[in-house]
Amino acid sequence: MSAPGQATGEQSGAHTQPVPDSPGTRSVGAASRLDAVGGEGQGGRGRLRAAAGTGTVGSGGGLSAGRRGLWSRLDLYGSPYLFIAPFFVLFTAFGLFPLVYTAWVSLRAWDLTGDAGFVGLDNYSRLLADPDFWNALVNTLGLFVLATVPQLLLALIVAALLNRPIRALLLFRLGVLAPIVTSVAAVAIVFGQLYGRDTGLVNGILGLIGIDPIDWQASRTSSWIAVASMVNWRWTGYNALIYLAAIQAIPRDLYEAAQIDGAGAIRQFRSITVPLIRPALIFTVVMSTIGGMQLFTEPLLFGQGDVSGGSLRQFQTIAMYMFEQSFQNFDYGYGSAIAWMIFLLTVIVGVANALIGRRLRGGTQ
Amino acid sequence: MSSARWSGWSARLGSGFRARSVVAAGAAVALLVAAGCGGSDEAGGASDGTVTLTVKTFGQFGYEDLIKQYESSHPGIKIKQDSIAQLDDYTPKLQQWLTAGSGAGDIVALEEGILVKLMAKPDQFANLLDYGAGELKGNFLDWKWKQALTADGTKLVGLGTDVGAQGMCYRTDLFAKAGLPTDRAKVGELWPTWDAYLATGKRFVAAGTGASFFDTAGGIYQNILMQQGDTTYFDRDNKLIVDTNPGVRKAWDQTVSMIDAGLSGKLQMWGPAWNAGFKKGTFATIPCPAWMLGIIKEQAGAENAGKWDVARVPGEGAVRGGSFLAVPAQSKHPKEAAELAKFLTSPEGQTAAFKAKNNFPSSPQAIDDPAVSGAVNAYFNNAPVGKIFGQSAKSLKPVYLGPENQLVGDAVGDALTAIEQGKLKPEEAWTKALTDSKRAVDK
Repeated sequence: MSAPGQATGEQSGAHTQPVPDSPGTRSVGAASRLDAVGGEGQGGRGRLRAAAGTGTVGSGGGLSAGRRGLWSRLDLYGSPYLFIAPFFVLFTAFGLFPLVYTAWVSLRAWDLTGDAGFVGLDNYSRLLADPDFWNALVNTLGLFVLATVPQLLLALIVAALLNRPIRALLLFRLGVLAPIVTSVAAVAIVFGQLYGRDTGLVNGILGLIGIDPIDWQASRTSSWIAVASMVNWRWTGYNALIYLAAIQAIPRDLYEAAQIDGAGAIRQFRSITVPLIRPALIFTVVMSTIGGMQLFTEPLLFGQGDVSGGSLRQFQTIAMYMFEQSFQNFDYGYGSAIAWMIFLLTVIVGVANALIGRRLRGGTQ
Repeated sequence: MSSARWSGWSARLGSGFRARSVVAAGAAVALLVAAGCGGSDEAGGASDGTVTLTVKTFGQFGYEDLIKQYESSHPGIKIKQDSIAQLDDYTPKLQQWLTAGSGAGDIVALEEGILVKLMAKPDQFANLLDYGAGELKGNFLDWKWKQALTADGTKLVGLGTDVGAQGMCYRTDLFAKAGLPTDRAKVGELWPTWDAYLATGKRFVAAGTGASFFDTAGGIYQNILMQQGDTTYFDRDNKLIVDTNPGVRKAWDQTVSMIDAGLSGKLQMWGPAWNAGFKKGTFATIPCPAWMLGIIKEQAGAENAGKWDVARVPGEGAVRGGSFLAVPAQSKHPKEAAELAKFLTSPEGQTAAFKAKNNFPSSPQAIDDPAVSGAVNAYFNNAPVGKIFGQSAKSLKPVYLGPENQLVGDAVGDALTAIEQGKLKPEEAWTKALTDSKRAVDK
């Protein structure tokens, strides 16, 4: 979505428009209120001030009391909508419209030669009977578990360690961020080399302890492990920082009290830290869910750009299957149906996570 | 342009490392479909009577000089060339232009795999036979001409540009180590047929050089398949015949016997190990279309100059892909556009494109032009590549592909990879390939 700063700028620009039409109607109080609100956008501030000044000079202009009342009511009740409008305009253009349009396309037979008309729910019934779709679904869920559970547990441990007084603390805290700022393509190239069949470092190390070289791409388990390790490496630090921020917001005296009561470090972690950062935990779980359901780049690049995800589709995720159908087979209708299934899947898993989160809350408090 | 993309399952392997498409893939399907609804001003007619023709291409067609030449000999015609670097980015845009009814300009380049799909709806393009293209038939290889002609022979959708004419590249040092001849004529004599290629491969492996005989079974299979003639996965009524066509089964069986004999390096095309293999000599032969010579030179590096050479392919000729120029029905100036397309695909135009960007011509006259037939490649021991590729392109018999060719090709190619990876036995893989093909086509 758009950056907040950009939205604010447009907001204040849009807001100035009603002002010239209402000279004299705006009270000083209203103007300064607007000024305070619009102050975040640099351009808008000066213009509002100028408009307010003009209004003062020309006050007592020939507007009827009724019209004046209408304007101030509009200003009072209408302008907040103008302020929030940019987000909704952008969301409609780039969020809602594609969503609805995808739904519309998913009801049609549409391929490279053009739109062949309405087919109802055919694409969806075909999808439910498509073993490749279910295979991609299993892969996505499997990779989600493999890539999320260790990642969040590890992030929690890393956050707890980073919260302790250690040497070069800032270096470590910044260090965990390094994987996120690394280009995902670079990550995939490096991991692709590490997991190389003939000359990969991982196979080299396994060879030292007497394990035969593994063709990482060939089987489902090995390819899942490889892809999950890429995702874990990339996102553990990000989640650790979120946890760290949440941990630092916990009042120190809780720990002091626990210490006096004789609780050790692990007990403190389990009984104070984890319950108190639950909002952060839920946030990371939701974000990981969204990311996990849409997993695409890592498995794609692991397979050297092969959207079918291996010879037997052993690591093809549902997003890759959507891409394959839409942009390789040019079956846009079917691809759109898959896109909607990804959306539904994300909602289902997200709701499940929220329910589990609520239960956890009930359980511990 | 055949560069890096061909029809059949190899198109997928040709995808290479596509960081850009990967980023683009983050966008929703609909966003990309919807984005095509915009269109620029296509009228192209100015008040002074100048006609502006827009030519849409991908990759490098080598038309810059030809366009200048045409503009100076045709006052009143202005030509704008829009080129998109990657075919992967070009194809969805082309689809959008055709669906939206605007944006395609006056001439579009069609890669072979796309052309066979679009042949299902020839009405999206001007019939070039209406613009006097019929008399140019002799300017094109027979099979190339027929690819863009509808089954009833009444509509011509496109005129051929280049073909991915193919030779067999091999490592002279590995051949010498294995006690095989290194001279390209003698090497060519080693494999008049694919059975002879298999026998040579067995000799090579037995010599124990540590290298495999070829890189991956997929390329070999595709090559054998295209030599079976007439049809592959579909008959001319677009009925799926992958299970009954003896040619397909023959190509499959021959490829499987090569895997069984341990000739395959089981490398993934475009993967890091494959790329490094050219330099390290991990495989001794690879079927190479004209454009791959540049890739081999780049990957193997200057220190290996002269170690790679080019011989003829086993069997009768080989071609991987190629492209066409077509005039979209939405063009406002179909007559002028057709004239320009005729000029660009003429033997002279194709020779010029070969000189500019090494796109191998699909016109027999251009193939016989000294500039093409006399071309040698210094990196490959001065191999007479023009002659080798020319013979390859000319001796190939026409093959009908069918609009869904690539879907089936992907299924068969994946099944072959599964055999190489030891995941499926050949008969299981064959059954799977047939099941997957049927499912991909019946929708």
